[in-house]
Amino acid sequence: MNPLLSIRDLALRIGGQPILRGVHLDVHAGQVAGLVGESGAGKSMVGRVVLRLQPEDAHVDRGEVAFDGRDLLWMSEREHATFLGRDIALIPQNPMTALNPVARIAPQMTDVLRMHMGMDRDDALARALESLHDVQIRDPERVLRQFPHELSGGMRQRVLIAIAFACRPKLIIADEPTTALDVTVQKQVLRLLKRLQRAYGTAILFITHDLGVVAKLCDTMSVIHAGRIVEAGPVAQVFLAPAHAYTRALLAATPRYDRPGEALQPIPAALTEQLWNEARTLDTGAA
Amino acid sequence: MPLLAARDLHLALPDRSARPLFGRPPLTPILKGIDLVLEPGESLGIVGESGSGKTSLGHALLRLLEPTGGTLLFEGRDITHLPEPQLRPLREGMQFIFQDPLSSLNPRHRVEDILAQPLLAFLRVKTRKEARIRARELLERVHLPAAFATRYPHELSGGQRQRVGIARAIALKPRVIVADEIVSGLDVSTQAQILLLLKELKREDALIFISHDLSVVRVLCDRVLVLQQGAVVEQGPCGQIFARPQHPYTRALLSAIPLPDPETGWIDRDDLPVEVRP
Repeated sequence: MNPLLSIRDLALRIGGQPILRGVHLDVHAGQVAGLVGESGAGKSMVGRVVLRLQPEDAHVDRGEVAFDGRDLLWMSEREHATFLGRDIALIPQNPMTALNPVARIAPQMTDVLRMHMGMDRDDALARALESLHDVQIRDPERVLRQFPHELSGGMRQRVLIAIAFACRPKLIIADEPTTALDVTVQKQVLRLLKRLQRAYGTAILFITHDLGVVAKLCDTMSVIHAGRIVEAGPVAQVFLAPAHAYTRALLAATPRYDRPGEALQPIPAALTEQLWNEARTLDTGAA
Repeated sequence: MPLLAARDLHLALPDRSARPLFGRPPLTPILKGIDLVLEPGESLGIVGESGSGKTSLGHALLRLLEPTGGTLLFEGRDITHLPEPQLRPLREGMQFIFQDPLSSLNPRHRVEDILAQPLLAFLRVKTRKEARIRARELLERVHLPAAFATRYPHELSGGQRQRVGIARAIALKPRVIVADEIVSGLDVSTQAQILLLLKELKREDALIFISHDLSVVRVLCDRVLVLQQGAVVEQGPCGQIFARPQHPYTRALLSAIPLPDPETGWIDRDDLPVEVRP
C-alpha cells in the first residue's frame, strides 16, 4: 500500500546552512511513525515543511513531499492551505504558548471547525464539546468558557489534542507534545493520543528526542542526525537489532532505572565527527 | 555527624495570587514536615513532579529560604533561623547549581570573572590575576578548554553553560552541593556527559540532586527521597526503593516512565492510582 505521507530526498537550507540533507520518510495510514533525534538534527523542520511552516529564509533545494498522492511541496500556497487543519493537523510542543491567551477555549476550537469544515456555529460548538469529551475532560462546558491560563499544562495539551482531532484529519504532526509534561501526565496524554489515533484511524508523525516514548507509542521509527535519516524501520526491529552505530550510541546514552549496573556512555566524539563528515560530503555532492 | 540534617522541616510562602487589597498575602504551606539526613560524601536524589516542592526544599536546605518550622542542622550547627551575617561564613561550604544556567550566569561577565567571583568573595585568592589562573584550572576540572575563560555565557552551548555552573559551585570546595534539575533541558548525549562529570566530582562532596527523572537519579545517587505535595512519601537506598517501591506514588512514578524497550501493552495500562491522577 502506498504511504499516506511520503517524503523523498528532502533537502533544505537556511541562510546557506544545510538543515536537511536528503530526508526519506514514510508515514502509513493509521500508523504512528516516530522521528527521533537530538536538538539541531532537523527533526522539527521535517514536520514544519509538511505544514509549510518553515521559516521565511528557508530554501528547499530538492525533494518531494507527497500526501495522499499529491505533491505538497510545490503546489500553490492557496492549494496547500486547503489541506491544513482539515487533512493535516498539528499538535505543537509548547501547550503554554500555542493557545491564544486572550481568547476563551470555545472560539479557539470552533474557529477551526467553521473554517475547515464549513460548520455553522451550533454544529461547531457541538463538535467542540464532543472533542473535549474525547480527550476525557471532565467538565467540557466549563472548559469552553475558560481562558488558557486557567488550565494546567496537561489540560492545555488535552485541548490542543482535541483541536487537532476535531476535523478528523488523516495525518497529525505531533512535535514533542509531551516534553513539557510531568511523567504521570505524559503517560495519560500518550494513552489518550493512542486511543484517539486508533479510534479515528489517524496517522501520526511523532517527533521526539525520547526513545522511550517511541518504543511505547510508535509502529515505525526513523532516527535523524545532522539532517539525514541514519536508520529507519519497524520499532521492534530498530530497538532489538539497531543497525546503525548512532542508534546504538543513543540507546547507550539513555539512563534507565531498571539497569543501574550498565555504565552510561556518552556518544563517542569520534562517531559524532564521522557522522558530521559523512553529512558534509552530501553537501559538496549536491553543490 | 551528619553533614546536613532536617527534622520536621516546614516552609510556607506568601501566596501572591490570593493577595488581599491591603495587608500581607496569606501563607501557603509548601513543605510539610520533611525529615532527612545527608552524610558526608553521600549523594541524595530528591524526586517529585512539578509543584511537589522539590526546588523549595533545595532552597530551604541551603537557607536560600528560611524555614517556617522544624530544625535544620549544618555540620551539627542549628542554622534554621540563623541571621545572614552569621550564615555568610558558612555559605562557602554550601553551593547551589541552578536549573537554567543562562539566567543564573551574569550575561555581562566573562566565564573567568564568573568563576573568579566566589574565590574573591571568600578571599581564597588575593589578586584578580590569581583568580583567573584558578578559573582556568576549574574549567579543566569540568573538561572545558581554557580558551572558554574569555567567552560570555551566550557564546556557549547549553551543556557548556551547565559545566560553567558546576565549575562555579566547586570553586570553593564546598561540603555540599545542591543541583536543581541541571540536566533536564539537555540532549541525552550531553546529559550523559554531565552525569559522568557529576559522578566524578561527587567523590569529594556531598550532593543533593533534584530531578523529575527517576532514571537519572538511579544512575547518579546513593539514596533517593520521593516528594509528593510537600511531604516525603518514601526514602531509602536507591537499590531498595527502585527494586521494591513501597508507596503507590513511587510505583506510579516508576511505571509511568517509558523505558526504551518496544512494548505495545504499556500505553494501554492504566496503573496510576486514583490519588495521583492529574
